[in-house]
Amino acid sequence: MADLTTEFLGIKSPNPFWLASAPPTDKEYNVRRAFEAGWGGVVWKTLGSEGPPVVNVNGPRYGVVHGADRRVLGLNNIELITDRDLFVNLEEIKRVKADYPDRAIIVSLMVPCEEDAWKAILPLVEETGADGIELNFGCPHGMAERGMGAAVGQVPEYIEMVTRWCKQYYSKPVIVKLTPNITDICQPAAAAMRGGADAVSLINTINSIISVDLDQMAPAPTIGGKGTHGGYCGPAVKPIAMNMVAEIARSPETAGLPMSGIGGITTWRDAAEYIALGCGNVQVCTAAMTYGFKVVQEMISGLEQWMDEKGHTSIDDFMGSAIPNVVDWQHLDLNYIAKASINQDDCISCGRCYAACEDTSHQAIAMTADRKFSVIDAECVACNLCVEVCPVENCITMVEQQPGTTDPRTGNVVVDTYANWTTHPNNPSATAAE
Amino acid sequence: MNSQFTPGVVPKRLSTEDLSHNFDDLHAPLVVHEAAVAADRCYFCHDAPCVTACPTDIDIPLFIRQISTGTPEAAAKTIFDMNILGGMCARVCPTEELCEEACVRELAEGKPVEIGRLQRFATDTLMKSGVHPFNRADPTGKRVAVVGAGPAGLSCAHRLALLGHDVTVYDARPKAGGLNEFGIAAYKSTDDFAAREVDWLMSIGGITIETGKALGDALNLDAISADFDAVFLGVGLGGVNAMGIAGDDLDGVSDAVSFIEDLRQASDLSALPVGRNVVVIGGGMTAVDAAVQSKLLGAEQVTIAYRRGREAMSASRYEQDLAASHGVKLMFNVKPNAVHGNGAAAEVELEYTQIIDGKLSGTGENMRIAADQVFRAIGQTLTMDGGLALEGRKIAVTDTGRTSRDGVWAGGDCSSGGNDLTVTAVAEGRDAAMDIHATLTGDV
Repeated sequence: MADLTTEFLGIKSPNPFWLASAPPTDKEYNVRRAFEAGWGGVVWKTLGSEGPPVVNVNGPRYGVVHGADRRVLGLNNIELITDRDLFVNLEEIKRVKADYPDRAIIVSLMVPCEEDAWKAILPLVEETGADGIELNFGCPHGMAERGMGAAVGQVPEYIEMVTRWCKQYYSKPVIVKLTPNITDICQPAAAAMRGGADAVSLINTINSIISVDLDQMAPAPTIGGKGTHGGYCGPAVKPIAMNMVAEIARSPETAGLPMSGIGGITTWRDAAEYIALGCGNVQVCTAAMTYGFKVVQEMISGLEQWMDEKGHTSIDDFMGSAIPNVVDWQHLDLNYIAKASINQDDCISCGRCYAACEDTSHQAIAMTADRKFSVIDAECVACNLCVEVCPVENCITMVEQQPGTTDPRTGNVVVDTYANWTTHPNNPSATAAE
Repeated sequence: MNSQFTPGVVPKRLSTEDLSHNFDDLHAPLVVHEAAVAADRCYFCHDAPCVTACPTDIDIPLFIRQISTGTPEAAAKTIFDMNILGGMCARVCPTEELCEEACVRELAEGKPVEIGRLQRFATDTLMKSGVHPFNRADPTGKRVAVVGAGPAGLSCAHRLALLGHDVTVYDARPKAGGLNEFGIAAYKSTDDFAAREVDWLMSIGGITIETGKALGDALNLDAISADFDAVFLGVGLGGVNAMGIAGDDLDGVSDAVSFIEDLRQASDLSALPVGRNVVVIGGGMTAVDAAVQSKLLGAEQVTIAYRRGREAMSASRYEQDLAASHGVKLMFNVKPNAVHGNGAAAEVELEYTQIIDGKLSGTGENMRIAADQVFRAIGQTLTMDGGLALEGRKIAVTDTGRTSRDGVWAGGDCSSGGNDLTVTAVAEGRDAAMDIHATLTGDV
């Protein structure tokens, strides 16, 4: 029986599903509801320095990219860090932690890039009994203009410096949250490591203009006729985030650095994928903001079922299992040959595979007058486009060609030996195969 | 005030409120949200089967995509490009046997995209805005006569006007619209839609309608042919087949088409008399429309008696189920032998049938069912005789509607081919117009 209990940086939680630092974790009321619903932990909405809190806009904060049936695919927000008093937040954190000792509570922080500012706030956080802190070096909007958030996260030296202060003035785990609005994610991750970070969490939101209001001729959400870029998250950013997670996991400098995965996690499967790429747990926001806290119940039951089916008894069993299989393109096996295959029993004859292949790919699908669709092996390069545009899952599949058979496209016999670009004769810098 | 149980053929069986409710829209129009949800289900198929199944070849995936991207007006233009009566067709087409039957989601899930209702959403949106989305071409100086202001004639007239010809439409009745106005069930065309649609169609300009003018002595084919550059006949089927049985002339026995027409033109439904026990003889859409509407007017027992099996019935299974859901009893394999009654109908004598060597005959087993009102709905026949070659009992035409006489085209129910559907009549009128245009402008 699968046990979802996780121990991330020594912080125990009953499951790997944490709520990310965001609107759902802004106050005691929400966090208590989250814990009652079953969330394993929360990263409390980012706190700022003592004094008058920040103010948010009084117009719309969110915008969305919708899929069919107005399914939320991507969410953009321009909300700032908590706009509630620091001490109110600290008292609430203390109360909730006391009432839910088995759940993880991490406090997200964003204060000016000055040692005194960190030195002032860290003892206050320590006093709450929270399990750790997460440094918000990621928010791309609003706070960055004031030299915080992504403005710090884009300068590795600042990351290292602030992380070091935190390790100096705070006794519990320090997680550095990374901004994706950079070129190479390994640079800030390595900087966090050098500063002594216990882990990184990624990704924060991506700079985005979600849409343009064509009546007002301004970005949406539009406030008094103007708009600003926001931070993009939700299912649409998951592929970007997972690539960054994999980069950190694969880079010799950062490999082994504990990671908390963030970005578009909506189902148990998304979580399993992040964990397979090396994350010790995951953080969720958009799915909760779309469907409410109850979604965690599907995530828990789904992950348990899948782990049982696979024989995994703990998260550690499969954590990072996919990392060795993430390789550079040049190391892909060029002798691996596949062909698309259409299951005629499942085909509903919509013809989307045909349109996609005929118009935009390799003219490898034949269509008869009575709408039967079949793959022309002599043209099929196994690009997978038909598989992905087919509305019926698994109706079209990729079938590996067996060694000894002939690929009718090339006329070559399929071999079972591995060969990649580095040794390919077309590669001017190929090295002879040993 | 009468009730469902009052004997004889009487009015006021139901309250005005009940009648108003009964004859409301059969399918409520989609609201914006419903349309968005329904449109999202379309897969935008390649060479889509729904288009192939549409007699007018409307680009259905395109118009649904236009709805889903917030431009129902553009969707309507896509529809009207192929079918200027797309508004009515959205209401009366047996979509379950055409586009929606062909929809791949019917195959995949048994639930097709709601093409008919989406078409209505688009066309209603544009028509409500009062916009007519077409502009006439430069005048050609050619004049075309269209006889019959039904779906075929109106479709032909609009296309010809669009192409720059001047069109005069003659119709025997006091109002244009043909079967759209007089022949289909009231709950499929509420709020005087047929008449509004004609007005909207006419707003392209270049079309004159002369009502109350039937083909006959004053208006004969020779005279019209001489007077115009081309003639299109869309006269429909004016005659009703007789049953040829004893008692056919008793009070209470009448044509279903007349009943439907009276109903459509009635300003006060409660004034319409209907029997307590109604029997409709026939198996087509007219039979179903008459039966269901009898029930909606308050008849206690309504029976459709059809001489063949269910599968041979020309009313679709959907229409059969619609009738059954309204409490109409469907009897198959029975034929009427007589209507009995003393001056007025009281009973219909039915005999079970069998098919031996492909020929229908009675089995000798008879029964009588109560019937104070009997409707004939066993088909209509062509009544005009213009000396044109016939195919079967209809005017013989080519694919583009040419008759045996030079300069005379025909389409809709009066012509050969086709399936007596509104949408087919529209297609035939449109295609004949294109051929007339090509002929008049020397493109052929």
